[in-house]
Amino acid sequence: MKAIISVIGVDQRGIIAEVSTLLADEKVNILDINQTILDEYFTMTMLVDLESLEIPLEELKKELKTKGEKLGVSIKLQHEDIFRSMHRI
Amino acid sequence: MLNTYEIMETIRMLEEEKLDIRTVTMGISLSDCADGDGEKAREKIYNKITKYAGDLVKTAEEIEVKYDIPIINKRISVTPISLVAAASDDPNYVEFAKTLDRAAKEVGVDFIGGFSALVHKGMTEADKKLIESIPEALAQTERVCSSVNIGTTRAGLNMDAVARMGKVVKKCAELTTDNGGVAASKLVVFANAPEDNPFMAGAFHGVGEGECMINVGISGPGAVKAALTKVKGEPFDVVAETIKKTAFKITRMGQLVAKEASEKLGVTAGIVDLSLAPTPAVGDSVARILEEMGVEVAGAHGTTAALALLNDAVKKGGVMASSHVGGLSGAFIPVSEDAGMIEAVEKGALSLEKLEAMTAVCSVGLDMIAVPGKTTADTISAIIADEAAIGMVNHKTTAVRVIPVPGKDVGEEVVYGGLFGRAPIMKVSDFSSSEFIARGGRIPAPLQSLKN
Repeated sequence: MKAIISVIGVDQRGIIAEVSTLLADEKVNILDINQTILDEYFTMTMLVDLESLEIPLEELKKELKTKGEKLGVSIKLQHEDIFRSMHRI
Repeated sequence: MLNTYEIMETIRMLEEEKLDIRTVTMGISLSDCADGDGEKAREKIYNKITKYAGDLVKTAEEIEVKYDIPIINKRISVTPISLVAAASDDPNYVEFAKTLDRAAKEVGVDFIGGFSALVHKGMTEADKKLIESIPEALAQTERVCSSVNIGTTRAGLNMDAVARMGKVVKKCAELTTDNGGVAASKLVVFANAPEDNPFMAGAFHGVGEGECMINVGISGPGAVKAALTKVKGEPFDVVAETIKKTAFKITRMGQLVAKEASEKLGVTAGIVDLSLAPTPAVGDSVARILEEMGVEVAGAHGTTAALALLNDAVKKGGVMASSHVGGLSGAFIPVSEDAGMIEAVEKGALSLEKLEAMTAVCSVGLDMIAVPGKTTADTISAIIADEAAIGMVNHKTTAVRVIPVPGKDVGEEVVYGGLFGRAPIMKVSDFSSSEFIARGGRIPAPLQSLKN
């Protein structure tokens, strides 16, 4: 399954490094990555492949949430179909 | 890949604008549970519901995790119990309601709807037993919801049933005096009731439905309001376009959930209900959308026109987003469940009369309205008759869910909490409708041509 990970918050060093290390540890493959500043907030979206994920999805979401709290940003993981269904006909 | 703006728009709708899936409702046919022995019928009902809906809550929760969308309610609707219980010779059907309640608790759903009767033309002996059982059934159960259809455009209005329902509503409230008459909030009196409505308290699984179906009710007044703040002062053409686009996006999410839930459960996907359903939470209000369009407070002159536009644009946007649209599909204007509506009533901007006019252009009717406890059964019947007449003549669903709150009067309020919110007591006419209701009989079906 492919999912979108979104990271929003105040910019600081190492956000991408921290998040991608966590994903690598959990065998999540990053397919695409976008980073920009939106309304003064650091905004990163990643398209990831969860095919080789060995832990339950809920667990990964918890880990990302904890990581987000540590970094002072909000991290969400959602199946890509929710975005696709809303924005593509 | 999707662009960042699109992703952020979806996230904002979910997080800031309170977009959610209001309900995933499983409709289950109980027609094969009828039995000459009431006890056996109830056993079959319990077994069937717990078998079919055993994984409903778990599946909905999995979908919540996968997409990070809140699914607020998981519910069940069943075949109108008057049809299922008719074969038994039980003197009343309260035990059937208790069985539904027990099954609902076992599978963990919020509500179970279908303690219902369809009596738009006439009442069978079973229909009469069911209607008489409603007050006790709702007072003695927690999660059971009841509805009675008393009129249709094709059959006219059954005024004998209307007269009975006034008394039933009153009795429901009286039996739950200690809880603000809460039993009456679980009872809906319909005209033109839809068979696939996923929303409570009016959901039941119609006789034309399949064995088991999944119907989904969306929400999203907050997202519509937020979209409209960006087109302040623009003409109505722009307003309508903006609402349509937002409704499309919201409905696509509902469609996705309906498809996923039905696939996971191995059940036929029924319909997506496009209704904009508010909650008492700040930012989740239909009244605020009307105010965003330019009326100072919901209820001011112009409100009916604003609501007509809203209701139509939501449908136009939603219809293309879903393979099958059904249920009530319109803007809900329940007073107690909408922070903006509550405020409008408290400011004196919104009266029962204005609400009645508003229901002529949107679903679903006079919903969650608290009236003085001293309101007579005949007056409640007359309120039902007025509302049903609007539905009958306009080929639309209308409903009445009023609560004559025991011991309370205009100027006071009743608090239910949760999704039911709080309701200021609204004024009803002091003049009598008793002779009108005492006539009974039927109001004939209206002419379908020579329209004016």
